[in-house]
Amino acid sequence: MTSKFKLFTGLLKGNKLKYSVAFTAVMLADVFALVSPLVIRFTMDTVIGGMPADLPSWFLGIIKNIGGTEALSSKIWILTIVLVILAALNGMAAFIKSKYLARASESISLNIRNSLYEKLHRLPYNYYIKAQTGDLVQRCSSDVETVRRFMGVQLIEVGHVLFLAIIIISITMTLNTTLSLVSMALFPVIMLFSFIFFVKVRKLFKESDEAEGSLSAVLQENITGVRVVRAFARQGFEYEKFSEKNNTFRNLSYKLNTVFAFFWSMSDLLCTLQLSVVSILGIYMAAVGHISLGTFFVFAAYESMLIWPIRQLGRIFADMGKMTVSLERIHEVLSEPVEEMTDSGLKPEIKGNIEFKNVSFGYENSGKVLDDVTFSVKEGQTVAILGPTGSGKSTLILLLQRLYDYQEGSIKIDGAELKDIDKKWLRQKIGLILQDPFLFSKTIKENIALSKPNASDKEIFRVAKIVSIHNAIKGFEKGYNTEIGERGVTLSGGEKQRVVIARSIIRDCPVLIFDDSLSAVDTGTDAEIRRALQEKTKRVTTFIISHRITTLSQADLILVLENGKITQSGNHQELVAQKGMYQRIWELQTSMR
Amino acid sequence: MSIFEEEEYSRHLDFGLWKKVLKFTLPHRKFLIILIAEMIIMAAADVIFPLFTKYAVDRFIIPKTTEGMIPFAIAFVLLGIFQGINVYIFIRAAGKIETFVCADIRSSAFKRLQELSLSYYDKTPAGWIIARLTSDVQRLGEIIAWGSVNLVWATAVMTAIIGVMFVMNWKLALVTLSVIPPLAVISVYFQRKILKAYRQVRKTNSKITGAFSEGLMGATTTKTLAREEQNISEFKELTGNMYKFSNKAALISAVYVPIVLVLGSIGIGIALWSGGSKVIAGTITYGTLVAFINYAIWFFEPVKDVTRLFAEMQYAQASGERVLSLVDTKPDVTDSDKIVSAYGDFFKPRKKNWPDIKGRVTFENVTFEYSNGEKVLKNFNLDVRPGENIALVGETGAGKTTIVNLACRFYEPTAGRILIDGVDYKERSQGWLQSALGYVLQTPHLFSGTVMENIRYGNLDASDEEVINSAKAVSAHEFILKLENGYETEVGENGNRLSTGQKQLVSFARAVIGSPAIFVLDEATSSIDTETEQAIQNAIKTVLDNRTSFVIAHRLSTIRNAHRILVLHDGEVVEAGTHEELINKKGMYFDLYTNQYLVEQTRRIIDSN
Repeated sequence: MTSKFKLFTGLLKGNKLKYSVAFTAVMLADVFALVSPLVIRFTMDTVIGGMPADLPSWFLGIIKNIGGTEALSSKIWILTIVLVILAALNGMAAFIKSKYLARASESISLNIRNSLYEKLHRLPYNYYIKAQTGDLVQRCSSDVETVRRFMGVQLIEVGHVLFLAIIIISITMTLNTTLSLVSMALFPVIMLFSFIFFVKVRKLFKESDEAEGSLSAVLQENITGVRVVRAFARQGFEYEKFSEKNNTFRNLSYKLNTVFAFFWSMSDLLCTLQLSVVSILGIYMAAVGHISLGTFFVFAAYESMLIWPIRQLGRIFADMGKMTVSLERIHEVLSEPVEEMTDSGLKPEIKGNIEFKNVSFGYENSGKVLDDVTFSVKEGQTVAILGPTGSGKSTLILLLQRLYDYQEGSIKIDGAELKDIDKKWLRQKIGLILQDPFLFSKTIKENIALSKPNASDKEIFRVAKIVSIHNAIKGFEKGYNTEIGERGVTLSGGEKQRVVIARSIIRDCPVLIFDDSLSAVDTGTDAEIRRALQEKTKRVTTFIISHRITTLSQADLILVLENGKITQSGNHQELVAQKGMYQRIWELQTSMR
Repeated sequence: MSIFEEEEYSRHLDFGLWKKVLKFTLPHRKFLIILIAEMIIMAAADVIFPLFTKYAVDRFIIPKTTEGMIPFAIAFVLLGIFQGINVYIFIRAAGKIETFVCADIRSSAFKRLQELSLSYYDKTPAGWIIARLTSDVQRLGEIIAWGSVNLVWATAVMTAIIGVMFVMNWKLALVTLSVIPPLAVISVYFQRKILKAYRQVRKTNSKITGAFSEGLMGATTTKTLAREEQNISEFKELTGNMYKFSNKAALISAVYVPIVLVLGSIGIGIALWSGGSKVIAGTITYGTLVAFINYAIWFFEPVKDVTRLFAEMQYAQASGERVLSLVDTKPDVTDSDKIVSAYGDFFKPRKKNWPDIKGRVTFENVTFEYSNGEKVLKNFNLDVRPGENIALVGETGAGKTTIVNLACRFYEPTAGRILIDGVDYKERSQGWLQSALGYVLQTPHLFSGTVMENIRYGNLDASDEEVINSAKAVSAHEFILKLENGYETEVGENGNRLSTGQKQLVSFARAVIGSPAIFVLDEATSSIDTETEQAIQNAIKTVLDNRTSFVIAHRLSTIRNAHRILVLHDGEVVEAGTHEELINKKGMYFDLYTNQYLVEQTRRIIDSN
């Protein structure tokens, strides 16, 4: 409980002043709102009715100065103006409340969102491989929204209602104790009723949300699987399936609605019952002379000001549980340990001389993925890696960007131990092109300039030409400004891959790594891209994972990786002369030429 | 893409459109009538309450008598109970209309989606369609049900209050109501602004959600590019906008509230002033004064409601336009009424009238072009014997998929005709041909449900045993048994709990269980593990055996075994014949084949180590 409370007070940090202003304003607004009925009472009883005023003496002094109540009765417009001024003050206070409340709650949600997003960008590589995207996104959206609603609407509502209740009770108690007590009789019942209702109805909400979810799922699968539906002529079947879910959702929503009809009518009934009791008793007391007409009016007015918020209060208390759960879910993400980025922070000049010495690596709870790997490559050279799935190829190149850190042995880049080099620096200098191309829903131009936002059009065109996609992009209606994704074009696998390569080479990295990135383009284009690359990137150390002999054979060093071990290494001539995987592939692929 | 840009807001109310939308309430008109009647009754009761107070003031409080209070009290409480009952009835009626109209619109939109041709799906993003059937339909349902509630109630209350006030004292009524016109004008202005501002907030909010999910999916990319800081600063721009827009929206409502308060107090103040003077002068009673003040307090609610409703309707109208545009879309491929009456439609097929299909498929001078005039297939002729396997090879965009789409009648030729067993397929229903198809897609697609249910999709009447037999026939049985719950294993949304290869095997089983006369296979290019690959090759062999088939082929084994191979280039057949014939030609086929041979053999060597 204390930790929950801590989470809550943590939210207030930096916003306490705003909340104080908002709370003060809301209380002022309440006071002004409560005075109006008193003015009307004074008008009815004293000004019009000629009864002596039961007001503080200083106030009576003011009235005397303007000529006494008699004079007022011929100048009721003065009271009209008083009413308008009160309303204006009330309005001003309400304005200030809304303004500061919005600032406070919006800056809270701004902070939460920013910290969540930042956190999600600072976690270790491994986290993303296992991440449950849907659940995380929900925490970042609907949970944040729940917290925002509470901090922006509900929290102040509680303060407002409590304050209003206290003031009203203290005013009405001085006006008439009995009537005051009667007017509050049903408050606890009403509040409890709505509290219990909103706790209970949560289950039904969940059911209806789930029904809606499975309805959307059927719809979505029908659309994405439209070819299957058509190929089997299952339109009728699909329609029935959809209708069933549609009806389930409809019936559940209707049930929910019915339950709400019960709630609103029952609570309305309770509220009107309370109002009628006060009215009838008030009328009776006024008729027998215990209270004045104006007092009766004040009671009726106050009662209707207070009773609906009281009902609302029950709901807010019920929602509080939801808000603490959301807060905890957000907190869980925020307390994930981040990737360690502050090493010795070495930022050496990187030319591209790389040396692996007895490097071994294994993932958590699994055997060695890389076992005693040793090789070295000089600036500007190309290393090609060949090996079956699971042989450790991808792991090897992930080590180079320090996405994982090797456990044994040493990797040196230009003489500096890799583990000592600042990770960010390293990743900026070593371009890694993953096998699975991911593009952001931005324009093509922005996607290419992703890691070099200030790149000129000339640079962008240059790299696009290197990967032979310039003409294809020019062919789109909006050219380089074409959006990628649902609202724009869908690129083919090969096109995506080329954009991804373009965005990596635009940075002029001294080291480039291709994780089988050219497999999605055909052999001709593959060769074309590599030729262009070689010309433009003469001094770049390159790692290529590939199955294509034409690609492999041009490398300065070819590594054959099997079960985490280097089983063969050398250049093309050497490996062709050795018995092994490389030779067999070479034989096969050249026999066909 | 411009047609998918969402028009968020319509400036002028389009009554023709609303008439169409309101047609959806016709089946539930009973509830609509109840609702309208109920709202009028409620409004009347709401207006009567202050009259009770007036009566009480004039009858009991001023004369200082309690005589006759008991019946008064009873009537007062009864009116309260009556209102409670009314609330229950009206919420139920409105809920009934809302939920049922929503379901009806969704249902007819879904039905239309089933009738629309594949070409519609080719050019419409899935997200667009889903949004139409979810959020837009929801908004329409809400506005129809709760909009009617507000409109009827507010109109009735306003009319009744004005009526009562005028009857009590028309002069006082006129001065008190003088604040209403400015209030209405200001409300219209503000409600629209407020709604617009909150829309902007909601739009930004969904952008933020999008940024979160994209950020997560692209997290590894971001890391490898060391682009965290830029991403974060871009995101902060977005949340900065959100902060700005939210505060702006809050500020607009914050300005509106005091204005309404002040205008309201002017109304009350005028009632008090003018009414108070009249009480002193003796022209009206105390009770009338109290009633006037109460009405003045009250009148603002309906005015606010109605103006908000009109603002909301402008947005709902945009939803209505989009939903109706979907419901009113005409399918490209249709069956004539005559055909439907003979063979039925998709929803009520008349299978007993369907002639059996032997599997002869004939393309006669078939040309196909898109509506923009782009020709994909030119003057194409092909006669496929029953049981013949046709392999289609060629580059992407060469026309392979078009031929398949035409053969399946997903598209129809723009010129020429296609005959099934010698009869133009337009002379039969779509369902007739498509029920006889077996189709395996390049990217396998399964539906949520169990493996059993997914296989049975190919033949809804199949017994469990038949399902198992067809799984055995395509070598899917072994892996299915190894799954957690065997055939009863849930495959997850889109089948995502299975691997691609497993999904493929299930989709083979699904295709054979209906013993289709014509089989279409669009082979996957992505590689799968050796074991599954072997199973799939077996499956293909079983499926193609003795069955008319079109295969968009990539695997050498499939291509080699085909009876006839068509090499397509730019919508034309450039080479045709058996594998041996085409190899000897040393043309385009030879190149394609050797290329694929290399890929397959290399894989084999690498993976055998």
